[in-house]
Amino acid sequence: MPSIPYEHGLILAAILFVCGLIGVLTRRNIVFILMSLEIMLNACGLAFVVGSARWGHADGQIMFLMILTLAAAEVAVGLGLIIQMYRRFHTVDISVLSEMKG
Amino acid sequence: MILLFYLAGAVALIATISVIVSTNVVHALVYLIISLLAVAVIFFVLGAPFAAMLEAIVYAGAIMVLFLFVMMMLNLGQATEDEEKAWLRPQLWVGPGLLILVLLVQLVNVLVTQQVDVVPVEVGVRELSVLLFGPWLLAVELASMLLLAGLIAAYHLAKK
Repeated sequence: MPSIPYEHGLILAAILFVCGLIGVLTRRNIVFILMSLEIMLNACGLAFVVGSARWGHADGQIMFLMILTLAAAEVAVGLGLIIQMYRRFHTVDISVLSEMKG
Repeated sequence: MILLFYLAGAVALIATISVIVSTNVVHALVYLIISLLAVAVIFFVLGAPFAAMLEAIVYAGAIMVLFLFVMMMLNLGQATEDEEKAWLRPQLWVGPGLLILVLLVQLVNVLVTQQVDVVPVEVGVRELSVLLFGPWLLAVELASMLLLAGLIAAYHLAKK
């Protein structure tokens, strides 16, 4: 198999992560924020798999499995929160939550 | 192989950018699925077929379908899309975007200084599972606890 420059994989992961970060910072729709978090987690997983390929070791892939589990749990809880928020405020705009008092 | 890597990378990049600039939630979800499948192709090229399959089945399959179900429950219409268009003004995202780009350029600069060519060694399912149920057994147990906690929390939060 021909070789792949591994820093290009890491650069791709970094760019995907930055896309997700821009999404989290600039969107006000909570659904888009959750999707951007998914993009960021996925970019982290990509970086782990690239590391795994770089060192020829399976530990990076195991960390990717852990990230996958984390993403699944996070999405379940996040979507539950979105449903609850939509029931109470009838909007997906996160700025309505600024009036919460603890 | 190397062409496949760059092609899938370009697809992932374009699809991801389409996600964050899209105003329709369902369109963004479809783009996100494309992006995840492209990353699955990259995993396959990098010699991680098990991770690629999990990415396609769990991420692009299960998690995105969960998103889609919730979108159908919420039934966001044209009003939300118009709202999104109004929120996506350039003065809101240009500032943070430029600052993040500076950080990205720094990161890329650090990464390109250490050039190593990787010949992908395929790590199969067998090798991976021996590791998972050997030295990483505690991590697997922790992941199961995390999933259980997520299940209970999602049930409690989505209850009427």
